[in-house]
Amino acid sequence: MLRLALAYLRDRPLTTALNVLLLAISVAMLVLLLQFGSQASERFERDAEGIDLVVGAKGSPLQLILSSVFHIDQPTGNIPNSSLELLRNDPAVARVTPLALGDNFDGYRIVGTDQTFLVLHGARLAEGESFEHPMEAVMGAKVAEATGATLGQQFIGSHGLEDDEDNDSGHDHSPFRVTGILAPTGGVIDRLILTSVESVWEVHGIEHDHDHDGEEGHEHEGDEHADEAEHHEHEEHDHAFLVPGPAAGPVHLRQAVFDPSDTEALFRPAHHTEEHSEETAATQAVSGYEDRAPALQDRRAELEPELTALLVTYRNASGAIRIPAMINRQTEMQSAVPAVETARLLELLGASLDGIRIFAWLLALTGGLAIFVALINMARNREGDLALLRVMGASRVQVFATVILEGVVTAALGAAVGWLAAHGLITIARRSFPTLGDLGLTPWQPVAAEAGLIAAVLAIGALAALVPALKVYRIDPARTLARA
Amino acid sequence: MLLTVREVGKAYDGRSVLSDISFSLNAGENALLLGPSGSGKSTLLNIVCGLQKPDAGSVEVDGELVAAADRSANSDLVRKRAMGIIFQTLRLVSALSVRANLALAQRLQAGSVDHEMIDDVIERLGIAHRASARPFELSQGEAQRAAIARALVVRPKLLIADEPTSALDRTNTETVAKMLFEAAQEAGATLLVATHDDRLRPFFERTFSLENGRLQPC
Repeated sequence: MLRLALAYLRDRPLTTALNVLLLAISVAMLVLLLQFGSQASERFERDAEGIDLVVGAKGSPLQLILSSVFHIDQPTGNIPNSSLELLRNDPAVARVTPLALGDNFDGYRIVGTDQTFLVLHGARLAEGESFEHPMEAVMGAKVAEATGATLGQQFIGSHGLEDDEDNDSGHDHSPFRVTGILAPTGGVIDRLILTSVESVWEVHGIEHDHDHDGEEGHEHEGDEHADEAEHHEHEEHDHAFLVPGPAAGPVHLRQAVFDPSDTEALFRPAHHTEEHSEETAATQAVSGYEDRAPALQDRRAELEPELTALLVTYRNASGAIRIPAMINRQTEMQSAVPAVETARLLELLGASLDGIRIFAWLLALTGGLAIFVALINMARNREGDLALLRVMGASRVQVFATVILEGVVTAALGAAVGWLAAHGLITIARRSFPTLGDLGLTPWQPVAAEAGLIAAVLAIGALAALVPALKVYRIDPARTLARA
Repeated sequence: MLLTVREVGKAYDGRSVLSDISFSLNAGENALLLGPSGSGKSTLLNIVCGLQKPDAGSVEVDGELVAAADRSANSDLVRKRAMGIIFQTLRLVSALSVRANLALAQRLQAGSVDHEMIDDVIERLGIAHRASARPFELSQGEAQRAAIARALVVRPKLLIADEPTSALDRTNTETVAKMLFEAAQEAGATLLVATHDDRLRPFFERTFSLENGRLQPC
């Protein structure tokens, strides 16, 4: 009976194709909505896991959450460094993770933080060691994969949180060195570059206390990175340098060959010290470069160490009652609860998506109606054929099933085409709009609700075929054949 | 007896179409049911096939009740098991090729397809080269042969044909008649053909004439 149903569908290709197309469009729309809804909320939940409260500069709480938890928006501003101690000293707080944002490398955000950030995201090192000293950095798995970073390589961050081809404000004077690469987590940390808060301050020429809590004591003498130089004195000057490539393009790795006469050289070795036993041409180049940046160094004393946000985890429930109120009323900062803001965001998105969802279901019903019209006409035109089947030995149920199968097969084709189209579109959209990837939209990742959707579309096909099927079920073969 | 028709009667709106029809055919026998249009031939064939219930009498095929006025009969099953039917309008399924039409008939009858037998039958009937063609691509003669082939591939004990030559010229009429006769003989089937075409009479062992709803042996 299935073969016969398929033969009948092939017999009227245009009608079948149109019905399939109608259903495919509606299924594609619904799958896209499902994928977006479920993957985004799943991603939001996963990235916000363990973060009870985010403290940042006053502004939009949603923006604060998006920038500090999901890393997809600009921060609301900066907050005083002292806020970290304020919260860490609160008995209701179990953990406070500082965030200092402001730079990117090839579009990937450089996040100044401490080791608790790795704990918060359940991240573990796949290679190397975590950042310990200033200007050490740990690459998220996706960053490492995209940039081809390896341990020991150096890179220069650019100002701003997104890759900008017009932005030439690279922090050439303070290159980072890759000390570790994280294993993939599937979360936001995969596309971040982690370093110490002090590194971010260092890059921006901000004077800071080197005995910062949570970091090893680390001595600086002006711009002379004595400790770093000591730490990295094994490095060869002709090692591979990791540098930003063309905007939005691949990162180029190249062997830095320093020409002492090339004073405009963009890429510099990271660590340079007067104590270095053999002062090379490369270090001379760095010295020359740093000499040309007096303005930045002069500003150091004027700039206060600040943070972008704090990720807070409560020790007990009393924190949830007291701390947000305290932050919002008694400080110049704001607090935002990720769960609340995420729910609000999904609600906002949901309201606009509901309209599309209703339209898509109406389209699916229209597809069902088109199947009904096609099959009712078929039942009229083919009643001779179907009467013949009855005479040849087909039971009423078999003839009934043939028509139902035509409806279900049409719906199944529509569902399959729609599903493939939706996931294909996600693949294309992800390539075209990286933000979708940042939101966690992954193609070819079926969600359980899709099975329900496909079942509903099949039911529409079966229901549309029900009346025509009942019509042929009641056929009187003798009368029909005599009439024909 | 393979086919037994006992005192069958049928009336439409009080007008008698068939009255007290009785005859029987042995296995392998062939018979022609001759009568003008509207004489009740098709009604009698429908009753023999179990497609219509008689108002009186009964029909048995191979010892099983096909139709009866006073009893219910499992006509679908008997028809499926023992009969091959060739309709006046041929009735090939338009969406299927000749081969697929034959396969469908076998599948409906036996639940499986005997491709070897299909090949053999279409070869014998001279339409092997048209096996992949759809019904609308066939000539009248080819369609006629395809319809006969479909009736034969189910290995019928009783082969029934309703006006099989109505649209054919003399040459083709003889060809089809011979083909039917030989096919039934080769299959060992009993052949019952209803027609108004007197030209078929010489091909059959027995001929019944249906006039005014009554059967008269010729």
